[in-house]
Amino acid sequence: MNFEQLLFYLFAAALLGSALMVITLRNPVHAALSLVLTFFSGAALWLLLEAEFLAITLVLVYVGAVMVLFLFVVMMLDINLAQLREGFVKLLPVGVVVALLVIGMMVYVVGPGNFGLEKFAEPVGHSADYSNTKELGRVLYTVYVYPFEIAAVILLVAIIAAISLALRKRPQGKRQDPDLQIAVRKKDRLRIVANNPKGQPGSNAGDKK
Amino acid sequence: MLDALLTLVIVLLKIVALLVPLMVAVAYLTFAERKIIGYIQGRVGPLHVGPRGWLQPIADAVKLIFKEIIIPAGANRFLFLLAPMLAMGPSIAAWAVMPFGDNLYVTDIDAGLLYVLAVTSLSVYGIIIAGWASNSKYAFLGALRSAAQVVSYEIAMGFALVGVLLAAGSMNLREIVLSQEGSLLHWFWLPLLPLFVVYFIAGLAETNRAPFDLAEGESEIVAGFHVEYSGMSFGVFFLAEYANMILISMLTSLMFLGGWLSPFQGIPLLESLFSWVPGIVWLLLKTSFFLLLFLWIRATFPRYRYDQLMRLGWKILIPITIVWLLVVGAAVVGGLGPWFDGA
Repeated sequence: MNFEQLLFYLFAAALLGSALMVITLRNPVHAALSLVLTFFSGAALWLLLEAEFLAITLVLVYVGAVMVLFLFVVMMLDINLAQLREGFVKLLPVGVVVALLVIGMMVYVVGPGNFGLEKFAEPVGHSADYSNTKELGRVLYTVYVYPFEIAAVILLVAIIAAISLALRKRPQGKRQDPDLQIAVRKKDRLRIVANNPKGQPGSNAGDKK
Repeated sequence: MLDALLTLVIVLLKIVALLVPLMVAVAYLTFAERKIIGYIQGRVGPLHVGPRGWLQPIADAVKLIFKEIIIPAGANRFLFLLAPMLAMGPSIAAWAVMPFGDNLYVTDIDAGLLYVLAVTSLSVYGIIIAGWASNSKYAFLGALRSAAQVVSYEIAMGFALVGVLLAAGSMNLREIVLSQEGSLLHWFWLPLLPLFVVYFIAGLAETNRAPFDLAEGESEIVAGFHVEYSGMSFGVFFLAEYANMILISMLTSLMFLGGWLSPFQGIPLLESLFSWVPGIVWLLLKTSFFLLLFLWIRATFPRYRYDQLMRLGWKILIPITIVWLLVVGAAVVGGLGPWFDGA
């Protein structure tokens, strides 16, 4: 077993173990953190495939941003586990059927019959000057340019739709207008009152409120 | 086998040669911070430990190491102790790809810029987990603030970096510096001026430094995410923060101020006069300049209010970067000199 294989088995084990923990851990925050570890191990496996752009982007996008927001939400939730477990027995048969269907589909698609050296040639290692980023960019912006752009537009539509759904003006809500705040001048806020310089009673009335 | 062992030893030696100066720099950055901010505010700063206070950081470190680490009763013990390590790990790991000169680096990977961005984006976990595991309201508020802030500013930061790699045509940090070769005006600060400013501001926010230190906010939420930490577990958070500050400063000088290139390049007399200065000196000088800027800003500006922070990030910085990306793209395609006509 060479070093690369050792790394592969190490990260594959970490991936499977943490993926299992995502669905078995009781505490949702711990489960979310296990998901972080799963993504990270997945990125390491991609790195072993010489797909450094995808690997680093997986860490950057999923670990660095998506999971942070996930944790953000999960931490604030007040999840009542007893309530969640209600009706577990009643819904169990449906769950089992769905689970079996999903397992069947996955075995059909990624089962051992579809893989192996006779289906795919053994991947060849690239030389040191191979750039996965350049290779990906070249394919993405030439062969797949239309699907790529369409996917981008769909995502943009989703962003705009989400914002317009979430953004609503409440009539009694208070809003700040930064332009007005910046445009404020001294005379709008401050009134200079002539003081009595002689020290007579009432001259420092302002201090004694 | 022997070869592999030798490689391992060499790599380990390189790491030690990088980390020891880094830790010393972190220690003395805290000293510099107290001194510089002291002078800005008309004080003198630490003065009593050692000659003119020069041993103060050592004394601080000794104090932190010998203090007891208190774990709150309601805290999640495992995550509470994991959080400082998660904060520290990324801020050290990012240094692996930093080039200090043409042949002076630990590793030289193709996607260096992307790697740095990805690794620094992980350091937020330390803060979030610290806030949650402490089981304390103030710490939790700090964690939530930090999560929202870092995710928002990472977008502006990422876009600024896209501008750099467009201009340089490479994600390798060494090649980014080499593509700025020529003279002071060839450096990317000029064609990428808005991105340069945006990157530094986003860097301030990413490192949780004033005026973006809402995660700490000592006047509102006591000390934010690390309010329950004591002793060295608290110290590690600070090590991470200062290591991140140095990292951002060095990245800024690598990407926008020509890294180890001499500022006198291309000037007839001065170039030969200063040619004996090793490149790393220029790099460290530029880095120190940005560190000074970090401290100067902290001493000058009040903390942002939360909504102002979000407004600045989403409505000002991100639109600026997007517009300037279009400008840079057009300039690269059009071969605008003197920066992009070579490629």
